[in-house]
Amino acid sequence: MYVAVKGGERAIENAHRLLAEERRGDPAVPELTLAQIDQQLAHAVDRVMTEGSLYDRELAALAVKQARGDLIEAIFLLRAYRTTLPRFGASEPVDTGEMVVRRRISATFKDIPGGQVLGPTFDYTHRLLDFTLAAEGAPVAAAEEAEQSVAAMPRVTDILGRDGLFEAETAEDDAPVGDVTRDPLEFPADRDLRLQVLARGDEGFLLALGYSTQRGYGNNHPFAGEIRLGEVDVEFVPEELGFPVELGEVTVTECQMVNQFKGSATMPPQFTRGYGLTFGHCERKAMSMALVDRALRARELGEEAAAPAQDEEFVLAHADNVQATGFVEHLKLPHYVDFQAELVMVRAMRDAAEQDNSRKVAAE
Amino acid sequence: MNMTTHPQSNEPAKSTATDTRRAWMAVLAKAPTDALVRAWGAMSGKPAYRHLRRPETGLVMVRGRAGGTGQRFNLGEMTVSRCAVALENGIVGHGYVAGRDHRKAELAAIFDALLQDSDRRAEVEALVTRPLSEAQAARKAERRRKAAATRVEFLTMVRDR
Repeated sequence: MYVAVKGGERAIENAHRLLAEERRGDPAVPELTLAQIDQQLAHAVDRVMTEGSLYDRELAALAVKQARGDLIEAIFLLRAYRTTLPRFGASEPVDTGEMVVRRRISATFKDIPGGQVLGPTFDYTHRLLDFTLAAEGAPVAAAEEAEQSVAAMPRVTDILGRDGLFEAETAEDDAPVGDVTRDPLEFPADRDLRLQVLARGDEGFLLALGYSTQRGYGNNHPFAGEIRLGEVDVEFVPEELGFPVELGEVTVTECQMVNQFKGSATMPPQFTRGYGLTFGHCERKAMSMALVDRALRARELGEEAAAPAQDEEFVLAHADNVQATGFVEHLKLPHYVDFQAELVMVRAMRDAAEQDNSRKVAAE
Repeated sequence: MNMTTHPQSNEPAKSTATDTRRAWMAVLAKAPTDALVRAWGAMSGKPAYRHLRRPETGLVMVRGRAGGTGQRFNLGEMTVSRCAVALENGIVGHGYVAGRDHRKAELAAIFDALLQDSDRRAEVEALVTRPLSEAQAARKAERRRKAAATRVEFLTMVRDR
C-alpha cells in the first residue's frame, strides 16, 4: 500500500529545474528543433506514435525532446496528452491494399505482382559505423525510376488466398469493435482487443515473445508472407455530413505472417495467419506483433497453449510499457509508512524466532 | 451541393456531387497550411462567413482490419481538427483535417463552402484545389519512382540440378 507523503516542494521544484538544464545540455551546442527530430530521428517518432497510440508527428517529436530520448517516457507523455482531447469518433478501417507502397517484400513468394520493393531499409547494410555521418554533408540523392506499372500492389495474402491454401480473413462488420482505452480488458479477449493491445504494446516485450515462439516455445513455423510500408488514407464519416471524408494520410507498416497449420476438426490443413500493423515505419514491431498475434490464436485454432507467448492473460496484461513502467517505477516513491510496518513485523518475527531458539537450547 | 444542375435524376446526381465534394475535401485536408493561407491571401473578393462550429481539435480512432481484410480493430488515435462555417448566401462548409492546426481546418471549411457555390467554384479550383491536387499527385509519383528504383529480382540458387 502506498501512503501519501507531504513536503519537499522546494527540492522537487529545484530537481525539475536541474532536469531542464541538463535536458538542454551545453548551451554552446545548438538546440534540437522538433522538425529535426521528426526528420532525422524518424524511427523514434514512429515508435512513440505507435506505442503512445496517437498519430501526430510533431507531438511525438516534442515528447522525444522533452523525455531526452527516453522513448518509454515519451510514450507516457503522449498517452497523457491524448486524455485531454475529446474523441470525434472512429475512422473507416484503413485499406492497406490501396497503400502508396514505399516498401514491400515477401519472403515466401519471389515473383509477386508489383514485385519486391526494398524501399528505405537497413536490410543488407553492413552495420558498419558510417563516419561520414559524423561530419556534415548531403547524402547522394535517391535514385528514381519511371515505373513500369503504376497499378496498386495487391496484398500477397489476397492473391494467394484465392486457392484456399491460406486461411481467409473475412470482415464481420456487424460486431462492435472493442476498445481497451474505454473498457477494462477482460479475458478471454477477442482478436480485436488483442490486436489493439499488441499494437500499443512494447516493442521489446513483443520482440522477445515473438523470438521465443521461433525458439520452440509454442513454435508456429512462421514465414514473412508480406511486409509493406507506405501511406494510407484515413476516412471518417462526420455525423453532420453522412459520407466519408478523407482526413489525411498516415504512414503504416503491415506484416502478414503465414504459418503452417495441420488442420483441425473444422479446418483442413492450410496456412494460418498472424497480423501486425503499426503507425510509421516500425518493422520489427509489426513482425513481432504478427508472431504474437498468431501465437495467441492457439485457443481459437484448437492448439495446445502451453508456451508463454500463447498465454493470453500473461501477454496482454504485461504488454503495455506505460502500465509496466508505472508499476515498476512507483517503487521509487516514498514507501516509508509501508516499510515501517514491515520493519515492525520483521522485528517481531526475529524476536519470536530468538525466543524459540533459546527455549530449544534450554530444553537440550 | 449543387443539385440544380442535375434536375432529372436526383439519386445519381447526389452521389456524383458528393464524390466531387469528397475529392476536393481530401485535397484540402492533405494540403500544407501555408499553401492554404497563401491561396486565401491571393483571393480577391473574400467572402464574409460566420462560424457554425469554431475550430477545435480532437481525436479520431484509426481502425485497421485483421489480415488487412478481416475483423476490425482499433489501431490508435490521430489528432484531427474541424470547423464549420456558413457564407452569407447560406452555403455551409466543413473542414476535417488531420493535425492540430485550427487555421487549416477553418480555411478548409471556407474553401469547401466556396467550392459548393457554382458562381465561385471555377475560380477556387483554379486558385486552390487544382494546383494543390497537382502538387500532391507529383509527390506521390516521386515516392513511387524512388520506390521503383529499389525493386529487386532475387534469384533462387538451386544445388545439384
